[in-house]
Amino acid sequence: MTTLTALTPRLRLARFRDLTLVPVIVLLLIVGAFLDPIFLTTGNLTNVLQQQASISLLVLAEALILISGKFDLSLESTVGMAPAIAVMLVIPASAGGFGLGLPGMLVIPLCLLVGAAVGAFNGFLIIKFQLSAFIVTLAMLIIVHGLQLGPTEGKTLFELPESILYLGSATWLGLPASIWIAGLLFVAGIVGLGYFRVGRSLYAIGGNPDAARAAGIRIDRVLWGVFIVGGMLAALAGVLETGRLGAIGSGQGVGWIFMVFAAAVIGGVSMDGGKGTILGALTGVLVIGLVQNILTLKGVSGFWQPVVYGFIILVALMISRVAGGKAQD
Amino acid sequence: MKTHVEARNVVKRFGPTVALNGASIAIAEGETHALLGRNGAGKSTLVSILTGLQRPDEGEVLFSGEAAPAPADRDAWRRQVACVYQKPTIIPTLTVAENLFLNRQTDSGMIKWRALRAKARELLATYEVDVDAEALAGDLDVEQRQLVEIARALSFGARFIILDEPTARLDGPAIERLFVRMRALREQGVTMMYISHHLDEVYEICQSVTVFRDARHVMTRPVDGLPHDDLVAAMTGEATVAYESRSRTPGEKVVLSSAGLTLAGRYQDVDLSVRSGEVVGLAGSASSGKVGVAETLVGLRKADSGTVVVNGARVKPGDVPAALKAGLGFVPEDRHHEGFAPLLSVGENATIPIARKLGRFGTVSPAKRRAKAVQLIQDLDIKTEGPDQPVGDLSGGNAQKVVFARALVDEPTALVVINPTAGVDVKAKQALLGAVEDAVERGAGAVVVSDELDDLRICDRVLVMFHGRVVKDVPRGWTDHELVAVMEGIQP
Repeated sequence: MTTLTALTPRLRLARFRDLTLVPVIVLLLIVGAFLDPIFLTTGNLTNVLQQQASISLLVLAEALILISGKFDLSLESTVGMAPAIAVMLVIPASAGGFGLGLPGMLVIPLCLLVGAAVGAFNGFLIIKFQLSAFIVTLAMLIIVHGLQLGPTEGKTLFELPESILYLGSATWLGLPASIWIAGLLFVAGIVGLGYFRVGRSLYAIGGNPDAARAAGIRIDRVLWGVFIVGGMLAALAGVLETGRLGAIGSGQGVGWIFMVFAAAVIGGVSMDGGKGTILGALTGVLVIGLVQNILTLKGVSGFWQPVVYGFIILVALMISRVAGGKAQD
Repeated sequence: MKTHVEARNVVKRFGPTVALNGASIAIAEGETHALLGRNGAGKSTLVSILTGLQRPDEGEVLFSGEAAPAPADRDAWRRQVACVYQKPTIIPTLTVAENLFLNRQTDSGMIKWRALRAKARELLATYEVDVDAEALAGDLDVEQRQLVEIARALSFGARFIILDEPTARLDGPAIERLFVRMRALREQGVTMMYISHHLDEVYEICQSVTVFRDARHVMTRPVDGLPHDDLVAAMTGEATVAYESRSRTPGEKVVLSSAGLTLAGRYQDVDLSVRSGEVVGLAGSASSGKVGVAETLVGLRKADSGTVVVNGARVKPGDVPAALKAGLGFVPEDRHHEGFAPLLSVGENATIPIARKLGRFGTVSPAKRRAKAVQLIQDLDIKTEGPDQPVGDLSGGNAQKVVFARALVDEPTALVVINPTAGVDVKAKQALLGAVEDAVERGAGAVVVSDELDDLRICDRVLVMFHGRVVKDVPRGWTDHELVAVMEGIQP
């Protein structure tokens, strides 16, 4: 068993693989502090976290789905569509709603319900109908966005009920509520996937579905649940974003999915399933948020920023390739 | 003796195909019972029915005379029967400890990882499996992974284990260690069903044998005193004789040679030369480096130093097209991996190396390809609906014949075959060995790398490798014992 003893030191290291981005974050903090005195202030860092709160929920959702070996592109469309539809069910026709007169308190539950429905429909097509997750959710990305554009006719919704604005704009114990919410959900994700059977079953399903089935895991049920949770997290991200901006534009969430994948993958979540942690995904979000902030502080033109993001992703991939030591596929 | 496990008149259909047609098996308590049959005889289907993964259309399964648990009750099934499947049922991205307790990491509430690891170490110690509980399962080798699966299977308290071709991917010493373990389990009263293509293993480890053919039960007999030929006849449905290798006189011309081949960590200073009309075997344990040498000869690997010469021309190292152009044909180690593209047709797979000869300016003439493919199908007796059937649909033996067809299509003067008969049944085995000898009779020189002593019997001489070096050149006429002793390094 000589091969095993030789392997052991590297394996111990591998346990910290989901923390490979921590030095990168430290480096970014140091670089940022040197580049701009405002950077390391509480106000600025809070701002970074608040801006990343809603996209981080999408990263959390995508990480759950990727770990289970599936794929969801449609999350970004739910970010705009779920709150828009929920709001329209509540506000009067004069403000651009359906005029159903439902109580304003219901807007968040309705929004989550819409998100869950999108997730459930994705799950139905992918699990029961056994279609390719990539193509199904690509189509759903277009359909769900269309379901926002159609009823709103592309217009921005301004007259929103108070209840949907609260979470995205309130401050709890000195920090924006959205940071608390995202933080708590990430803690729940870390604990759920690290210490509970259901959470571990995502890894089993993503790693080897046949083996998971043989071990008595109800694959279909778990996967369906993951898609529904994913849809609900996307809807909640929409609520936070709506509260932060105070309106629902037709472009809310559009284009996020690339950043979401980038954050998840540089955070160590494998596109092949079965690998990665929620903590790792969180570090991915933070890296992207810090880079974004530094670029903005330094006045880098918004038109040039995508080039920088793209390179950051490639560099992060190279770092994790070198740290992980294995070919990525 | 009491019957431990019984399947009665089981019928299982998959669409139009009948995988089991009223098949039965009865396994007595405490025996190791072999299940034999050619590819497609229904063995795998019986395994999934006995383990509760599939429900029979008709018939019943009994454990100690009682009806099998309900299909949804996985835990009840796992208390009755454990199985080490052909395909690994381990999650490569999780640790050994978690794999051992997959989906039962805890009874309720949060998982206590420290306690789980301790339990895993205890379990591994109980079954004397020397594996680190914290290692990732994907980093284990085949033997270790199998031991982990056996330990996990037994940990449910099942007294009946199915081993589905456990030796297919193990080397000689690992097989011996597995058998030692199986004998120990049998002494503890564990009942086993053993599936293998290797008849000698059946004689070594089993007490009874059941043969399936064409989805039906053909016979059940005690192994003791059962003539080898009867067993083969039951499997094939006709009397066949053991493969007789042919005698020949090698020519003078050297068609394939290497000098001073070295690849750090795998092999050192390998010199070999193969003459036209000669079959040279390359034997050794899994760590001997024999496969590495063969892969270097064909250009799949690049040696650190040394040269490979095909037909008098030095071949650029690590360049497969250059080796093929020089007149080499090869059958790779893992046909699923490097052997064929499963979705492409038999015809396309077989003619890839000669595509340039089938049309001009990069085009491939379908008519010419078809004609060539039909001829290859006949030559190698490939059982297929025709040249247009995807290779992925063929049985193991026939898929391997397609790989052979690809290796032979350009009439190579040097042939390198690695594990040519892995996972194929008796008849296909004979056809494949025959194909090597046919090519050699046409004037080619061949290198046969194999874990199977039967494959090496067609060789005019066998080079035995040990820890990366060729330690002995054994001429034809060796005995099993003699060769194995050299392979194990027991005897110089």
